[in-house]
Amino acid sequence: MLNIKDLYTAVENKKILEGLNLSVNAGEVHAIMGPNGSGKSTLANILAGKDGYQVTQGSVTYEDKNLLELSPEERARKGVFLAFQYPVEIPGVNNIYLLKAALNAIRKHKSEPELDAMEFMSLVKEKMKLVQMNEDLLTRSVNEGFSGGEKKRNEVFQMAILEPKLAILDETDSGLDIDALKIVAEGVNSLRNKERAFILVTHYQRLLNYIKPDYVHVLSKGKIIKSGGPELAIELEEKGYDWIH
Amino acid sequence: MTGFINKKMKDIIDNYAADFTELQSIRKNDWFSKHRKSAFNFFKESGFPNTKNEDWKYTDTKPITKNVFSNISNTNIVARDNEVNEIIFKDLECINLVFINGAYSEEYSDIKNISDKVIIKNMANALVNDENLLKEHLTQHIDQDSSSFTALNTAFIQDGIYINIPKDIDIERPININYISMDGSNAFATHPRNLILMGENSNATIIENYVGNGDSNYFTNSVTETFLSQGAMLKHYKIQQESFNAFHIGSLNTSLSKDSRFESHSVSIGGALVRNNINANLNGEGAEIIMNGLYMTDNAQHVDNHTHVNHLKPHTHSHQNYRGVLNGKSRGVFNGKVVVHPKAQKIEAYQNNANLLLSDDSEIDTKPELEIYADDVKCTHGATVGQLDDDMLFYLRSRAVDEQTARSLLTYAFADEVLNEINFKEIKNKLEQLVISRLPDSSLIREYV
Repeated sequence: MLNIKDLYTAVENKKILEGLNLSVNAGEVHAIMGPNGSGKSTLANILAGKDGYQVTQGSVTYEDKNLLELSPEERARKGVFLAFQYPVEIPGVNNIYLLKAALNAIRKHKSEPELDAMEFMSLVKEKMKLVQMNEDLLTRSVNEGFSGGEKKRNEVFQMAILEPKLAILDETDSGLDIDALKIVAEGVNSLRNKERAFILVTHYQRLLNYIKPDYVHVLSKGKIIKSGGPELAIELEEKGYDWIH
Repeated sequence: MTGFINKKMKDIIDNYAADFTELQSIRKNDWFSKHRKSAFNFFKESGFPNTKNEDWKYTDTKPITKNVFSNISNTNIVARDNEVNEIIFKDLECINLVFINGAYSEEYSDIKNISDKVIIKNMANALVNDENLLKEHLTQHIDQDSSSFTALNTAFIQDGIYINIPKDIDIERPININYISMDGSNAFATHPRNLILMGENSNATIIENYVGNGDSNYFTNSVTETFLSQGAMLKHYKIQQESFNAFHIGSLNTSLSKDSRFESHSVSIGGALVRNNINANLNGEGAEIIMNGLYMTDNAQHVDNHTHVNHLKPHTHSHQNYRGVLNGKSRGVFNGKVVVHPKAQKIEAYQNNANLLLSDDSEIDTKPELEIYADDVKCTHGATVGQLDDDMLFYLRSRAVDEQTARSLLTYAFADEVLNEINFKEIKNKLEQLVISRLPDSSLIREYV
């Protein structure tokens, strides 16, 4: 599904990724771990199409197409979803209207009929239970006045509605207490299936107690320096990142 | 003022003088003649302001003075039903008052079913029949030296609205005053004059709607005076949607007594050259004024908002929030002046002006002015100028919203913050539709709002 080959990127001439390789197949869950500043969030942002990064070398293909040529909205329509580390507050833009328009844009792209208001609301009701979202938050402006935990839950809720093929979760565990973490993890687990792939970007092993990855990769100084199974995460938790160097 | 009148300005004034003489001969010698004369003399001496005048530093009135306007209202304009019906709030139950090119239209106005204690009538009628009440108030709530435009209005008053709401009366239906400018055979100026008197503990909602069709060329020079007695509440909406070739200078003057409250919502989207003035005197303890404003400009439009609040008594409050969305080569001005007079202790004054520049060539001059002569006061002010937020744009696009739509949506969200202050749902909806219609790519965002 996703192939990252020898990727080098920079922001304002500062090198961030330096020869990153990663291959993700449908149905797999990959955890990308690494210390602060290793390039984890850069990777997530580049996959979602954020401006401001120069790709100086390498390639990213998604479903056999050059992902880097696509605009963020085209990627979203083709099934790429980024759950943000810091979801931005957008005063004046209604949470639920945005979600309905987003879903219909994606359905339209897939040549599926758009959902009407009734169909959409029954879908919303069903998915809200998944992350135990408070109904009040639906009609508010996007993320406005949400607590840290509510913002993260809203990201997972959006993911549940939009049903992406490739979901990238950028530090979704950060700032969550243990109860919220469990809810978010259960939400993610319920979305796991054979067609969908996940990339979990995280600093701590904690999230991986609840979402069991198929692969764990250690990112350091812009490239993956070690890959393994779930046991690698536990080893990292015990020994810290230093022992790998 | 300018201090001297040069030759060119003299020619300009002579044009107005000819019309003034004609108007005086029509009016003969009524009680208001002496006010007209002294106002015209003031205008003659001061001329139009130029940019050396600090109050007009960013707004050059030359485009107005270059035109020769007819200042005598043509009462024979035939309005087109569909046009008028489209303009007035059809879906809102209002007391509708309609003026076509400055002249009152009985045909389209509807002053039915109001309490017989309440007076709502057109100014031409009131000048003849309500001499005693008008004498006490007309021209009394403006600063006599404030502007030559106001003087020009006083000299040329032909019509407008006189509203008198007695003590304890609560008018639930909005009073909707529509000044409609239609294509005339030649360029014309209108000088609408409104006088609104609010009795003790009375309550009303008033809309002043200025509309012009297409690209007609005219000049609206309006003045509104309001007087709020103790405990009165007035919600005032000004909607400026003049034609894109029109000039609009409008002054809203208000005197507030003890515990009265004035709420102003101003939406300015039309006109080639526009100046909206609000002058408020907080004359009694507990008086409060709210000023919300939105201006949206494009192409070569120039829109200037000037507010001037005098805190004359202790425990008075003023709260201003103005937002601008500027596109093309347009230019905006915001000048908010707050004067806290000696002894006006324990007052609160808040002022904020936020601007969104959508193009490289648009420009905003924003200037808060605070003059404080009391020592126990709470005053804050702030101004921001910026572009659309990149993180917000990326977030929306990552949710499958295309870039154009995302930009339009964020622009709308920025503007809508001002409209969110409006409690009157039907008016708010109407204004939101108006704002949406002026957005770049507005058709794209309908499913989001």
